[in-house]
Amino acid sequence: MFPAPVANATAPTRIAYKVALPVSLLVWLLPLIGVMVTSIRPASDLAMGNYFGVPSSFELSNYLSVFQSTPMGLFIMNSFKVTIPTVIGAIALSCLTGYALATYRFKANLWLFFMFVAGNFVPFQILMVPVRDLTLKMGLYDTVTGLVLFHVAFQTGFCTLFMRNFIKALPSELIEAARVEGVSEFRIFWYVVLPLMRPAIAALSVLIFTFIWNDFFWATVLVQGTHAMPVTGGIISLNGQWVAQWHLVSAGSVVAAMPPVIMFFLMQKHFIAGLTLGATKG
Amino acid sequence: MSQQVAASASPQSGGTFSSGEEVRTRTSKWIANQRRLAPWLFLMPGALMFLVYVIAPIAQSITISFYDWDGIGTKAFIGIENYIELWDDEAFYTSLYNNLLWLVLYMLAVPAGLLIAIFLNQTVTGIRIYKSLFFFPFVISQIVVGLIFSWFYAPNFGLFTKLLEFLGFEGIAILADERFVTYGIIAAGLWPQIAYCMILYLTGLNNVSPDQIEAARLDGAKGWKMLWYVILPQLRPATFIAVVVTIIGALRSFDLVSIMTSGGPYGSSRVLSYYMYEQALSEYGFRMGYGASIAVVLFAIMMVFITLFIVRMLKDERGSY
Repeated sequence: MFPAPVANATAPTRIAYKVALPVSLLVWLLPLIGVMVTSIRPASDLAMGNYFGVPSSFELSNYLSVFQSTPMGLFIMNSFKVTIPTVIGAIALSCLTGYALATYRFKANLWLFFMFVAGNFVPFQILMVPVRDLTLKMGLYDTVTGLVLFHVAFQTGFCTLFMRNFIKALPSELIEAARVEGVSEFRIFWYVVLPLMRPAIAALSVLIFTFIWNDFFWATVLVQGTHAMPVTGGIISLNGQWVAQWHLVSAGSVVAAMPPVIMFFLMQKHFIAGLTLGATKG
Repeated sequence: MSQQVAASASPQSGGTFSSGEEVRTRTSKWIANQRRLAPWLFLMPGALMFLVYVIAPIAQSITISFYDWDGIGTKAFIGIENYIELWDDEAFYTSLYNNLLWLVLYMLAVPAGLLIAIFLNQTVTGIRIYKSLFFFPFVISQIVVGLIFSWFYAPNFGLFTKLLEFLGFEGIAILADERFVTYGIIAAGLWPQIAYCMILYLTGLNNVSPDQIEAARLDGAKGWKMLWYVILPQLRPATFIAVVVTIIGALRSFDLVSIMTSGGPYGSSRVLSYYMYEQALSEYGFRMGYGASIAVVLFAIMMVFITLFIVRMLKDERGSY
């Protein structure tokens, strides 16, 4: 283990480490803690310049007023409407593509794989003009569906990379044995490989959920009105209305950040497994 | 029999057959061909979506960059005029410079992430919670990160201003000052990016061979020497991914600029992606062609890195075949 375990160190080092941990965490999360405290401050605190002291009262009503006086509820709903179908769509497509690229040998295989990888690395802003035009032409501009279709397509790149590497690491004897038995290719996929892909599906689901929930760029490019706007775009427009009402901005931010945070803490193991794919092997 | 069932369960055999004879020949043909056909059927939906929404738009962006187009009316071919205009466009150079600044400074996330990972790679009680909480900034949206840092930098009462005053300096309105604004935004971007690199390195450190460390310890290696000669070589895959995701992140920077400054003051914090967005979609323009030409420049920068990445992957894949 590197560095040497603190448990083997001298007593002062051990104590120093135990003190350093919470202190460094506090510094690291200072901006976040500040916002969380601000989100429960009464407006009068801010007016009186009490920005950093103990809040004079716990105003959970800030959260209430975020939901009551703004379309925050609708924004959150829209985010779910965009995120959940995207997760399902991208994972379904990439199970298929990943399987094809991992188990069959054919000439174009590696080049198709690179197409997915390269496309996935592109700074996606460069797709803006054509994708917006395409969405307009399909009559899907300013709709949840238009946003979902693009997200599914784009995320398929990353998911394919992930799935393909995952399936490639599975023992190929399983598939060979099924082929010898005369099982059709689709049944091999469905009954042999798919059940083994559960951990990959779980890891990708959390990751894609977070990516899509946090997307802002495409929300502003493909959606205009409140009715289809996800929470990231919504909070920006609210930010314009709430000039300097930091207690409301903070409460809104906390609300917008919550779903992926909950998802992360519930499925931490899968999340990190997904994110660190490839970080260990050569 | 089981093969017929299998074939009918597969997506190919959708139609109804007229006679039993035909069923047999078609089925056996299908079996003979399915190993060859199957990959294409599996690939089709995903690859089609990806072609339509990602690959084709790259080509279209390049084409559109040679046109003058407001997004609605007819396109007028103007050759390389958009690029000639870019050549003399000061705002473009500001954006390009800022993008390079992002690239260089964003790289700090890699060593910083490694440092925190080394700090946290212990087995004391509660360390798992610490690791998750250190990772926290990566999970929240960049929009929220931007709002948090706008508040952190706020003049008069922002935590950063207070900190400066506490240290005896004069408070600076970071986001309103042309000299510092891009640095301020990059610092906000580093926060989640460091967390990302940290988690990559934590996983890497977890898989470092204990035998090699022990052997090196017996040889008297420790501290920096151990890190440099024994640990870092084993962390190479983690470093590679950390560098790749950091480059991509730097070139994709948009959200933070958009929420924190909208490119201001006086366009001094624009990056290429934001300038493109402004030219193509904001009230200033609807100049799709000009926006597309900025996109092409951004793409060209990224292409350098994509090529390097693919070359390396090609090496790996050739090795494993």
